[in-house]
Amino acid sequence: MLNALTQTIAITALNLRTMPQRLGSSGVAVVGIAGVVVVLVSVLSIAAGFTAAMQGSGSPARALVMRSGADSEMTSGLSGPEVDLVKQAPGIRLDERSAIASAELYVVIDLPKKSTNSPANVPMRGIEPRALQVREEVSMVEGRPLEFGTNEVIVGRGASRQFVGLTVGQEVVSGQNTWVVVGIFEAGGGVSETEIWCDARVLQGAYRRGNTFQTVLARLDSSETFDSFRDWLTANPQLNVQVRRETEYYAQQSRALTSLIQGLGFGIAALMGIGAVFGAILTMYTAVSTRSREIATLRALGFNAVSVVVSVLAEALALGAIGGVIGGLAAYLAFNGYQTSTMNFQTFSQVAFAFKVTPELLVLGLAYALAMGLIGGLLPAVRAARLPIPTALREL
Amino acid sequence: MKYLPLLWSSLWRKKLRTIFTLLSIFVAFLLFGLLMTIRTAFSFGVDIAGLDRLVLIHKVSLIMPLPISYLERLQATDGVALATHNTWFGGVYQDPSNFFAQIAVEPKTFLEIYPQYRLPPEQVSAWMADRQGAVVGVDLARRFGWKVGDRIPIVGTIWQPKQGQVWDFNIAGIYDGDAGVDKTQLFFRYDYLDENRRQGEGLVGWYIVKIADPSQAQAMGAKFDGMFANSSAETKTTTEKGFVEGFAKQVGDIGAIMMAIVAAVLFTMLLVAANTMAQSVRERTSEVGVLKTLGFSNTAILSIVLGESVLIALLGGGLGLAAAWLIVQRGDPTGGLLPIFILPAGDVTIGAALIVGLGLVAGMLPAFNAMQLKITDALRRA
Repeated sequence: MLNALTQTIAITALNLRTMPQRLGSSGVAVVGIAGVVVVLVSVLSIAAGFTAAMQGSGSPARALVMRSGADSEMTSGLSGPEVDLVKQAPGIRLDERSAIASAELYVVIDLPKKSTNSPANVPMRGIEPRALQVREEVSMVEGRPLEFGTNEVIVGRGASRQFVGLTVGQEVVSGQNTWVVVGIFEAGGGVSETEIWCDARVLQGAYRRGNTFQTVLARLDSSETFDSFRDWLTANPQLNVQVRRETEYYAQQSRALTSLIQGLGFGIAALMGIGAVFGAILTMYTAVSTRSREIATLRALGFNAVSVVVSVLAEALALGAIGGVIGGLAAYLAFNGYQTSTMNFQTFSQVAFAFKVTPELLVLGLAYALAMGLIGGLLPAVRAARLPIPTALREL
Repeated sequence: MKYLPLLWSSLWRKKLRTIFTLLSIFVAFLLFGLLMTIRTAFSFGVDIAGLDRLVLIHKVSLIMPLPISYLERLQATDGVALATHNTWFGGVYQDPSNFFAQIAVEPKTFLEIYPQYRLPPEQVSAWMADRQGAVVGVDLARRFGWKVGDRIPIVGTIWQPKQGQVWDFNIAGIYDGDAGVDKTQLFFRYDYLDENRRQGEGLVGWYIVKIADPSQAQAMGAKFDGMFANSSAETKTTTEKGFVEGFAKQVGDIGAIMMAIVAAVLFTMLLVAANTMAQSVRERTSEVGVLKTLGFSNTAILSIVLGESVLIALLGGGLGLAAAWLIVQRGDPTGGLLPIFILPAGDVTIGAALIVGLGLVAGMLPAFNAMQLKITDALRRA
């Protein structure tokens, strides 16, 4: 037993030490596997980044009230009296003055995207003065908060980066309205960082919306009071609303795009993986066939078949590991933090996000690389073990 | 050509290796075909968007409505062949995940301005006769198993009916169209929407104007925008092509991402194929020597080795492209997210060129080496 183990270790070490001699064909296998890992990790990093932006937006201790039947903030609508009623619901956190809730309008305006210089739907949110207390994670990084009752706006960090003309002091002309940017805010990397915020009352006037809003975002007493808050509102015959936790709302908004990207990433990687496995198989066959005399000699000396199999597999796994590490590193260096924006189809508006190469993705890439190496080594290993010793010794 | 049997038998000299090489090239071109299809899907039909059609949207953004009164003014403008309007409905059929486009249109002008939607005449008249009538694309009808005469309830999200939340539509017709035409939409009558919605009477989403002279597109666009300047609803006019391109750009540069992946795939596969070719020729050094002794010229040797590598590429790549084409024929696998799911002929041609290129590049070095081989060296080395 111990003998078999030492044999295996000896022959594996020999194989691994001589790998540089087969640089050409090993290199091909490594590059093949690395290529697959780059594609897998980078495509999935798009999905990870988008999900992070969408989910960084919500808090379970906030509830979003929309008209029932509306599938996004964009299509919702609530009248002024309805909004007043919603703010009286139990479960909302109160301070000495009133409920911590903000009735909001959500529209999009056309602004050019910096990268393409073509118009993009930038979301614009009309907020009430309490909005910043509802969203505690929001803080100003430049300039100052907006003055309510004026045409001042504050702009999310992502929007300021992605679209033309959104820096402090600039005027934004949209149709017959002119807005003045007075500050840049951040919101924990969430989607609100792609938005422009202004006074809801001013927006009502500018968009001829009368005394109507679209949603109410309420800060709950605690995450647990959500049920009583929701039940009170949905049971109220004067209201026709649906209530969702903010986290659930954003998770649902991001589902379609995330699963599309993930499906795409896994699908491409699976197909490419087949190609890379063939590459690895070819490499290992070559490795085995150029060494068939060596292997036969070892077998003739009394090395057993298992140790030969293990040695070939170990070499294949090493190729996989090197490919996986190179691929993961390349994807990380090339794409991690890459800033971009796309359209959220539910609201027809832009979401800025950064590609995110997470540790999980790197581990996934490495695991996939090892699997490809292992599968690639399997057949050649068996061939090596089955090599008829006399013929192999006579070969060449 | 006369070397074909020779090529064929040397191809099967090592069966397993040839099969694996074939399969990796197969996979590469299968992926090529699929990625090009996805790229086309994300261009949202820009190839068939008309240059003689202009789109007028609200200057502030696409979601802002325009008054219906603009229609008459547009129609009365010199150089306008036809004008119509569309309104996005955005309703939900059974479940939000069943997304598809529903658009309120003016049936008569709509069918005139968009001849690419083909509808049998009896279905056209049925649609004109039924206020609640709607026409749907063949792909959409297949997805939900709808047929003419079915009644489809759709919950309004943007537009609420005067009673309840549900709008009912009768399927009056099922339209078809060439490859590249979006066959996943539902079009229904604007008069039905306008009379039954709770608010927003007399508002439309955007206008489509067919102009008599496409070369005047820019001037006409400026003219329209001038007509409505300083009103409560100013407009922004672009060609339909520009409009669709702008929309695709909003989604992000899917095209560039797809090209980057294709490049990575092809590069990897080229490496694998070239390596195999080189090795296979190296193993046959003595055979090359024998061929040369028999009087095969250097050029003949070169073309035999190159021919072998091109043959592998053609077999694997051709089958890969064919497989991609077959998969694409089965339609959009995401259930509505990618309405235009076709593999354009232009991309097939590019694929074919890439296949030949791959074969040539992979075979180049080994073929050159084989050509320069001296008979004495070749025979001794064995």
